[in-house]
Amino acid sequence: MKFGVVVFPGSNCDHDCYHGVKEVLRQPVQFIWHGSRTLPAVDCLILPGGFSYGDYLRTGAIARFAEIMDQVREHAQSGKPVIGICNGFQILLEAGLLPGAMLRNRNLNFICKYVLLKVESTRSPFIRYIPKDKLLRIPVAHGEGNYYCDAETLSQLRANRQILFRYCDSQGAVTDAANPNGSVDNIAGICNAQGNVVGMMPHPERCMETAMGSADGLELFRSLLQSAQSLVSG
Amino acid sequence: MPSNQKVWTVEVRVTLKPSVLDPQGATVQRALHSMGYTELTGARIGKYLQLTFNPGLSRAEVEKQARRMCDKLLVNPVIEHYQLNLIAPQTVTA
Repeated sequence: MKFGVVVFPGSNCDHDCYHGVKEVLRQPVQFIWHGSRTLPAVDCLILPGGFSYGDYLRTGAIARFAEIMDQVREHAQSGKPVIGICNGFQILLEAGLLPGAMLRNRNLNFICKYVLLKVESTRSPFIRYIPKDKLLRIPVAHGEGNYYCDAETLSQLRANRQILFRYCDSQGAVTDAANPNGSVDNIAGICNAQGNVVGMMPHPERCMETAMGSADGLELFRSLLQSAQSLVSG
Repeated sequence: MPSNQKVWTVEVRVTLKPSVLDPQGATVQRALHSMGYTELTGARIGKYLQLTFNPGLSRAEVEKQARRMCDKLLVNPVIEHYQLNLIAPQTVTA
């Protein structure tokens, strides 16, 4: 599977994503500049974390108008996988490719720590093959990860099983104490109705190898590869 | 543009919808309470933008353009409301 990592001015997790895909997942990967109007032939797009355009106005608000975003939209609408991580998630929200918006963390702090995630759905190829009931240990690093959506959107997300990850404690209990940022319903990651577009605040690319303290981030990408293989063979 | 050139000014006030929790406002409110301002019942923080336009435009055109800018970029309708205040360029008499 060919991967493309979109590079915005201010992206700072682009090289982590590139490294994880190339050296750990052992898949072909290339950087794609935000000013490009064409996409190379890639199967999966990664919108990495960082601070695109200084995150002025609102996180992701200006990045969504980058030249490359028309191609990202087309790629997403054709059903191909797209994952937005942290700032990438914020960009997908601003672009309307995922529902909801981000607010400042409820304690106003920039939070940089490992969290535990409960996998809530099998809706997306990024999580379809993650072992059921496995809690993922993946770090967050954000000041604006307080996911917000209105009650109607939340019930749609639930009904369509678009909520992929929720912050939980070590017992897997989804509690307010385990919610680092105040997100509605402890939401850490969601997908679109089709399941191919995923946004998440935690950084799987930062924990792809045990030397990094956790290799749980690899689970998402392995699941994606396995989903693609089962499509080809099945 | 010379510094004395008269321009249309549009003031944009962006506020979080009442249903959206405002962590900054809540923190400011707590701080003011702890300073003894116990009569305070709420504090919400928003944004103020000042846009300037070519004086040759009509009022309707300026408002239309400002609204477009708000709808496309300046405001996120999922969480925010906005209000415009148009200030007409003053007529320069010879």
